[in-house]
Amino acid sequence: MGRVEEVLQKAYDGKRLDREEALSLYEANLLELGMVADHCRKKFHPDETVTFVIDRNINYTNVCVTYCKFCAFYRPPNVSEGAWFYTNEEIFQKIQELVDIGGTQVLLQGGHHPKITLEYYTDLLREIKKRFNVHIHSFSAPEIEHLSRVSRKPIREILVALRSAGLNSVPGGGAEILVDRVKKVISPLKTTSEKWIEIHETIHSLGMRSTATMMFGTVETREERLVHLEKVRDLQEKTSGFTAFIPWSFCPDKTELEGEVEEASGEEYLRTLAISRIYLDNISNIPTGWVTEGYKVGQLGLFFGANDFGGILMEEKVIAATGVAYQMAVDQAMSLIRKAGKIPAQRNTMYEVLRTFE
Amino acid sequence: MTSSNVGINNLEIPFVTSNGLSDIIEKIMSGERLLFEDGVRLMHSTDLLLLGHLADTFRRSKVGNDVYFSMNININPTNACVLRCQFCAFYRPLDHPEAYTERLEEILDRIEHAHRHGVREVHMVGGLNPKLPFSYFLDLIRRVKALDADIHVKAFTAVEIDFFSRVYKMPLEEVYKELRAAGLDSLPGGGAEIFSPRVRELVCKGKISGERWLEVIRVGHLLGIPSTATMLYGHVETVEERIDHLEKLRALQDETGKFTCFVPLPFHPENTPLSHLGVTCGVDDLKVYAVSRLYLDNFPHLKGLWNYLDEKFAQTILHFGVDDLGGTFVEERIVHAAGAKTPQALSREKMIRMIQRANRIPVETDSSYKVRHRWDA
Repeated sequence: MGRVEEVLQKAYDGKRLDREEALSLYEANLLELGMVADHCRKKFHPDETVTFVIDRNINYTNVCVTYCKFCAFYRPPNVSEGAWFYTNEEIFQKIQELVDIGGTQVLLQGGHHPKITLEYYTDLLREIKKRFNVHIHSFSAPEIEHLSRVSRKPIREILVALRSAGLNSVPGGGAEILVDRVKKVISPLKTTSEKWIEIHETIHSLGMRSTATMMFGTVETREERLVHLEKVRDLQEKTSGFTAFIPWSFCPDKTELEGEVEEASGEEYLRTLAISRIYLDNISNIPTGWVTEGYKVGQLGLFFGANDFGGILMEEKVIAATGVAYQMAVDQAMSLIRKAGKIPAQRNTMYEVLRTFE
Repeated sequence: MTSSNVGINNLEIPFVTSNGLSDIIEKIMSGERLLFEDGVRLMHSTDLLLLGHLADTFRRSKVGNDVYFSMNININPTNACVLRCQFCAFYRPLDHPEAYTERLEEILDRIEHAHRHGVREVHMVGGLNPKLPFSYFLDLIRRVKALDADIHVKAFTAVEIDFFSRVYKMPLEEVYKELRAAGLDSLPGGGAEIFSPRVRELVCKGKISGERWLEVIRVGHLLGIPSTATMLYGHVETVEERIDHLEKLRALQDETGKFTCFVPLPFHPENTPLSHLGVTCGVDDLKVYAVSRLYLDNFPHLKGLWNYLDEKFAQTILHFGVDDLGGTFVEERIVHAAGAKTPQALSREKMIRMIQRANRIPVETDSSYKVRHRWDA
């Protein structure tokens, strides 16, 4: 057996890999890597159920002062063209549409607006909770840090206030790659690696759960991806607060990095997904990335360690026709899951199955 | 549960299959030919990575780590067609305002331009247009060859050859001899669709039968003209009908040995009367590649056309038995009329990079599989 095969065998046998070992798996036979990742998936999910959550992303504003190079979404505060800020009524309307079709999860995320204060958010969350029985899985570490600056209050206090206003859990956005060399290049004004970890540790210490993400395919090396995974695994070892890990690849189109970096290939995505599953032996759920990788590679991800189809998003800006568009999306997701030989099931944000579609 | 150690790197990981495929795995490992029922069972299996691994191992034993591609231009001289195939978004009836026939000069200008940019193969298929004289096609081939005798001309599906024979009232042998004298090098494998008469009634009513397709190709092969073979899948066909299609191709290949490669074509339904069917999913595509590779044990190559697939997905098929990604396809119109979202052409550099990033060796070729350039690792 060669070195790479020994590492695969070790992972297959359920032993924890170190960073060097995991890195070597980028050289493994792709399908053997997938088989081992699938085996590791079965330790958490022995049956062939593939879950999804019906959720809605509400990007309440695109005004932002953080100017990340990889972002095609934001508008600076002094630019009014194409900038928006939803009213509470608009947000309620969107949540109503989600609830009407059986959705359970609201994901509020937005730009780092220089003027919104903590009271805006706590009022909004209370008003949402008064009206709807939904799980609020919202914001991200950088938004919380930004709010702490604007409101001049410590992170913990911000989180306590948001929690008592109705925040249930926090998505793992803004991690990108948890290595400051990378962050300095692609998002110099955004939350540092250490701060991201600290905020998630605080979230977990308050009894809330969160997810962790990894955006790869910018300027990082494969080794830096492993450093990222290690930081996530270490925190999980301490807190057990992460429900899921979500790797996705960066799409350079229409960003400042277009032409500067080579987009991750389908194979690179599958390898990174499989290595994440193998390395993160203490995180239960890994969604497949059909949003960034496309339906075909996304479906294939179910054989490379993923156990979940993520959020079946209700698209922004699709208003009257949303019911139809959504139904198509759920039907399509279920069909892709079934054609992979798996059983689709709707879940909630905590990854509890709500109903199984046999 | 059965398990079987088929690790190619002496890996001790058992490849567990819950579908009881161990007898088939043993056959494959010992080089025994698969039976119809074996093909059906493999196609029904959901053990996708196992199928891929078997096909990948088989591919490596046949062609090593080379991945072929060609610099080619697609020419569709006319979309006017007497047929009304339900799966087709490209054709127009002869008197339709959008029906077109290109002048030879226009076509030759484009080929000349493409040739200057490294194109070495002309791939030509079109509608069945009775208004065109045989001389139109013969002149076209002659003039392409006059431009550069080294250009590989791959033209006319069995459906067009059969049509020429009927419209120009010549036996198949005569049609072939004239085309070959003009410079035809090989035949594309289109028009095969699925051989089953039940399926043809539903997706291409009026087109030549599967038997006739095989007969037309047989005649060409016996005259020394090689061809590829295709299978259009992902519409109304059953798994059994897919395997039956493969079975017939394998039998003809036993007889002639002139098929150069097999090309599965995922059905693209947009803008066709079958648009309610939806597109094929990745798992189905990969199963077709893997099972075809294993079943067609006498075909030298398996081609996956990148332009029929998502770009990110196209690379992954190289691990499921595929050793040819097709051409760079300057100006493809047929699959794009049916909604393919891939770019119409991929640069040579992108193609090379895609192959190298899968740890394989890019080889530029044409339909003869003659090596034009090899990028050694």
